[in-house]
Amino acid sequence: MTDSAAARMAWQKEGYSRIPYGVYTDPEVYAEEQQKLFRGPVWSFVGMEQEIQEVGDYRTNYIGETPVIVVRDKDGDVQVMVNRCAHRGNLVCIAREGNASELTCVYHNWRYDLKGNLVNVAFGKGVGNVGGMPDDFDPAQFGLHRLRVETLHGLIFATFSDAALPLRDFLGADMWANLDRVLGRDMELLGTFKQYMPNNWKLYMENVRDSYHASILHMFQATFRINRLSMKGGIRLSDNGWHHISYSIAETDREEAQYNSKVLLSVKDGYLLSDPSLVASWREYDCGTTLAIQSTYPNFVVQQIYNSIALRLCLPKGPEECELMWWVLGSADDTAEQREARIKQSNMVGPGGLISMEDGVVGGWVQRGSKHDPDLTTIVEMGGRDVAPTEEGRATEVSIRGFWKGYRELMGV
Amino acid sequence: MDASRNAPEADDATRCLIENFIVDYAHMVDDDRLEEWPGYFTEACTYRIIDRASHAKGRSIGIMECSSRGMLLDRIKALREANVYEPHFYRHILSGIRIRGEKGGAWLVETSYAVVRTMQEGDISVFSSGKYVDEIVIENGRPLFRSRVIVCDSQRFDTLVVIPI
Repeated sequence: MTDSAAARMAWQKEGYSRIPYGVYTDPEVYAEEQQKLFRGPVWSFVGMEQEIQEVGDYRTNYIGETPVIVVRDKDGDVQVMVNRCAHRGNLVCIAREGNASELTCVYHNWRYDLKGNLVNVAFGKGVGNVGGMPDDFDPAQFGLHRLRVETLHGLIFATFSDAALPLRDFLGADMWANLDRVLGRDMELLGTFKQYMPNNWKLYMENVRDSYHASILHMFQATFRINRLSMKGGIRLSDNGWHHISYSIAETDREEAQYNSKVLLSVKDGYLLSDPSLVASWREYDCGTTLAIQSTYPNFVVQQIYNSIALRLCLPKGPEECELMWWVLGSADDTAEQREARIKQSNMVGPGGLISMEDGVVGGWVQRGSKHDPDLTTIVEMGGRDVAPTEEGRATEVSIRGFWKGYRELMGV
Repeated sequence: MDASRNAPEADDATRCLIENFIVDYAHMVDDDRLEEWPGYFTEACTYRIIDRASHAKGRSIGIMECSSRGMLLDRIKALREANVYEPHFYRHILSGIRIRGEKGGAWLVETSYAVVRTMQEGDISVFSSGKYVDEIVIENGRPLFRSRVIVCDSQRFDTLVVIPI
């Protein structure tokens, strides 16, 4: 492992509470992540089944920086393949999305069926029997690189690795249960957009897991007095610590009702919402969960903030840049009022999110502040140095430590 | 030829009023007079920012979805008092203001735009380009947006969007 750039970083001997700044900038570390992490034994989110409903519907996406095609084949199954022609490496699908009966490389017309099998090579027999591929060329050996695929509640996951556990085991019971709770019904795709950020992808994934900063950096709720300190909550982790959920639960229905009336009744202060319908919400889940941010390793997020439900995928775009893709969802059974509330609540999140816009910029500030000191480290010790679930949601960085536990294990450092 | 050419024509005075209104809006944003922003809209209104592909698909959610003047006011209060971001300015470049017709008492107007963003360190970039799709009503001689939909060419937004486009 000594030849690994990631291993040469200034890691503490053991533990996950001091992270060397070099891992956010080093190009060699970045390249190693593409292999060991994004092509390692993890399941990467690549899109939603709602985006490819008909046979031949496809969309392109990325696993790490590797381009992939997500397509519905003629049996109605979802296939995920590397978007790279077996011939000379050209992108097979250029469009972001579309429908095709076959996948054809425009460069030399090599054609693949929707399962990625190579079905025809243009001029394979030559022109007038002159030229063409050698007689022993066997198309069956040269399909598109097909990945393992599993789906859950319309989410499509793929992996390069034969060693990845089945999705259910990879996620673990708690993570699976939250996906059931949030997405286990007929969901509708209401919006998609992308947010480009001037920071390493891991800084964003730390931010997602960082419940400590929530009420400090994001001042919208406090400014307009719509923060609620009395809720109970905490952090759940998968058994291996890799995946996390940070959650808040309204203690009682009555408390929730009080909260809503507090928002709606104005006090004599300039900083109250002129239009409180912005934050009007309803009790969507019997468990009373008002907020649940879940991340699955390495770069996928499922968000429930009141009735704002969204998926986020953080794609690395070089050592110091990343792109966050958003899928904003509603239930197909929403009433008109519920749908309107979801649309209004969407103003809280995304690149223009009243609550969350700071998440787009703070990573870039960390990047600028720390990039010239690769051997110095962060301090991730709020709430201790261990990686264990906790009933304390605010003053802990435990799920960030869980991220680095996964990182050190997968990267072998 | 565009079918909307057959729609009722705005007279010169109306055209002038609408064009000035659209230009004034851009100067208001670029001059950081954002407290005036909600006043450009009717009480019940639409202000949304959405990319062209999502707009074409009829998606319900873009990156900003305001449906009342109060929500616009709250955006500006948040920008001034709550949100944290690096200081920056926009410069709107407008072209091709086109009145496409009339619907339900509002003029349908489209305008191409580019927004150049300048950060405090001096970085200058094209932040957004696209078109405004507007419904403009004229109340007591004063134009107001009943609806202003910003249809961005790109689905990608850099870092954050705090200042309205």
